[in-house]
Amino acid sequence: MSEDRGIWVYSENKELMLELLGKGSELASKLNTRLTAAVLGHDVKEQAKELVGYGAQKVVIVDNPQLREFQVEPYLSALTQLTQQHKPELFLIGSTRRGKELAARLAARLNVGCVPDCQELNVDDQGRLLAGRIVYGGNAIVTQVFRIKPQIVTIPRRRFEKSEYKETSKGEIIDAENIQVEPSKTQVVAVKPIEVAETKIEEARVVVGGGRGLDKKEDFKILDELAQILGGQVGYTRPLAEDRKWFTEWVGLSGHAISPELYIACGISGVIQHVAGIRDSKIIVAINKDPEAPIVEMADYIVIGDLYEIVPALSVALRKLLAST
Amino acid sequence: MVRIFVCVKQAVDVSQLKVDSATRRVITLDAPKKISDFDKNALEEAIRVKEKLGGEVFSVTVGPEDAKTTLREALAMGADKAFLISDPIFENSDTLATSYILAEAIKKIGPFDLILCGEASIDSFSAQVGPRLADRLGIPLITYARKLDLEGDAVTAERSLEDCSQTMRAKTPALITVTKEINEPRIPSLMAIMKASKKEIVLWKAADANIASEKVGESGSAVQVLDILAPKMERKKIVIKGETPTESAEKLAKALVQEGVIGR
Repeated sequence: MSEDRGIWVYSENKELMLELLGKGSELASKLNTRLTAAVLGHDVKEQAKELVGYGAQKVVIVDNPQLREFQVEPYLSALTQLTQQHKPELFLIGSTRRGKELAARLAARLNVGCVPDCQELNVDDQGRLLAGRIVYGGNAIVTQVFRIKPQIVTIPRRRFEKSEYKETSKGEIIDAENIQVEPSKTQVVAVKPIEVAETKIEEARVVVGGGRGLDKKEDFKILDELAQILGGQVGYTRPLAEDRKWFTEWVGLSGHAISPELYIACGISGVIQHVAGIRDSKIIVAINKDPEAPIVEMADYIVIGDLYEIVPALSVALRKLLAST
Repeated sequence: MVRIFVCVKQAVDVSQLKVDSATRRVITLDAPKKISDFDKNALEEAIRVKEKLGGEVFSVTVGPEDAKTTLREALAMGADKAFLISDPIFENSDTLATSYILAEAIKKIGPFDLILCGEASIDSFSAQVGPRLADRLGIPLITYARKLDLEGDAVTAERSLEDCSQTMRAKTPALITVTKEINEPRIPSLMAIMKASKKEIVLWKAADANIASEKVGESGSAVQVLDILAPKMERKKIVIKGETPTESAEKLAKALVQEGVIGR
C-alpha cells in the first residue's frame, strides 16, 4: 500500500470539489507534497479524468454500486479506510451539510481533530497549517493548529478559487482496494428538491439591503428597481422580518451571511449582528440620513441623505451609465 | 416510557462580547454566558415528545461548575433531571475530547431512546460534537432536523440540505440534531422556575464517569487555539457629496463602475 502523506480532497459537490483542488494545489506546493482527490460513487471514471485536468496529481476511486447515492455511513466507511491506508497529512472536505457531518465523523473514527468552515488556510514559517474560522457570531476569527495528523478541515463554497482546467495535466488514476462499505444506519423515505426559482441571496453578485429607514413595505419597490438594474437581489435586516413581520428571512448573524461584490445598505444603521452577515462583501455602500450611524464606519462609499431621494436617483444614474457602455 | 437526553452547552453570549481595540483580541474570559440557542430548541422538542408520549428528559452538560445556572434553566423549561460533568482537567477540551466526555457520561447515565442536540453552538458553531457523539456511541444520526416524530422504536425527521429536503428514518436509540425552525422554545413560568430549584442536578467529576485524564483537556485535544481576534474592518470610508441627490447619485454610480463591481 502506498502511503501518500500528502493532501487529499473530497466533496460530494462537484463545484466545491474543484475549489478544494484549487486551494489544495496551492497548499501542496507550499508544503512540497502531492495532491490527491478521492472519488466515491459508481461509474465515476469520467469525473476522475476531469479532476486530473483541474489539478489532481492522483485520483483514488472507490467504485461501488452501494455508493451510487450519497449516504453517510457507506461514504464515511470508505473514506475512513482510504485515510487509514494512505495516511494523508491533510484532508480538505467540502463544507456542505452532508460534508460537515462526514468530516466530523471521519475525525471521530480516526480520533483526530477537525476544523470546520475554514475561511483561511495558511502555512506558517514552521510549516504548520493555520486554520482560521469565524466564531462568536461573526465577531471573531479563531486561528487553530493541529497537534496530530491527519488534519481534517472543511471548506465552504466560493471561499477559494478553483484551478484552471488544463487538457494537458497528467495524473495517475487508481482504483482503491479492499474497501468494505458499511450499510447506512438511516433510511431516506422521501426527497423533495428545493425550488430554486429565485437564486439564493448567497449567490447574488449585488445585494441591495433595506433597513428600518424604510417606512412601508411597499417602499421596497425603489430598492427592487435598483437591484433589478444591477442584476442583483434585495435583502432585509432582522427588525423588518422579526418586528415588523414584513418578511420571513433576513441578512445578518442569525440569518443569511452574504459576500456579494457589491452591497448597498439603504436606511440600515449597521448593528453588529447585521454587519456580521455582510462583512465579506467586496464593496459596501451606505446610504443613510444619519452621519453617526455605525454603518458609516464600515462602508467604502457613503452618501449621507434621504434614501427616498438618493436610491431613485442612483437607479437613474446607473441606467444611464450602463446604457452608454 | 420514553427517555430522552438533551446535550446543552453553556455558551458565550455572542451579542455581549467586548473587543480590546488596541490588540483586536476578543475578551472571552468574563463574557456573559447562556444556554446555546439551538440547544433550547432541542430541549423544547424533547419536552414536547415527553408531554405527548410520557417519559423523562435529562439534560447533560460538560462545563465549569457555574454551568449549573444553565442547567437550572433547562430544568425550568421542563427537564426532569440534569447532569453536570465538570472537572478542572476538562479545561481547553476541543470537540474530540468533549465528545469523549459526553459519551462516557451518557454510557453511565444509562439507556435512552433519543439524544437531542442543537445543530451547532452559537459561540463556536462547529457542529462537531453531535455527530462525533453519535459515532462514538455507534447509533444512527440525523442532522439538521426541522421536524421530528417518534413512534415506537422509529424516529422520523425532516431536514433541509442545500439542494433538497429529506425525510429520514432511523431506529432508536438515535441522535438527532435540530435547527431553530423546529419549534419556538417556551419561556418558563415563575412557577416552573420555582419547581426547578427542587429538581436534582447530578454533579460528576472525571473519575465518577470513568473518564481517562489523558483523553481530556489540552493533552487530549487534537486542535489548539492560537488566537482569537476581531476581524479587520478595512474600508475606504469615502463620503460622497453632491449639491443635489442626483449629483451624489451620479458620483456614486461612477465610483462603482470604476470599482468594477457593476456591469459586466
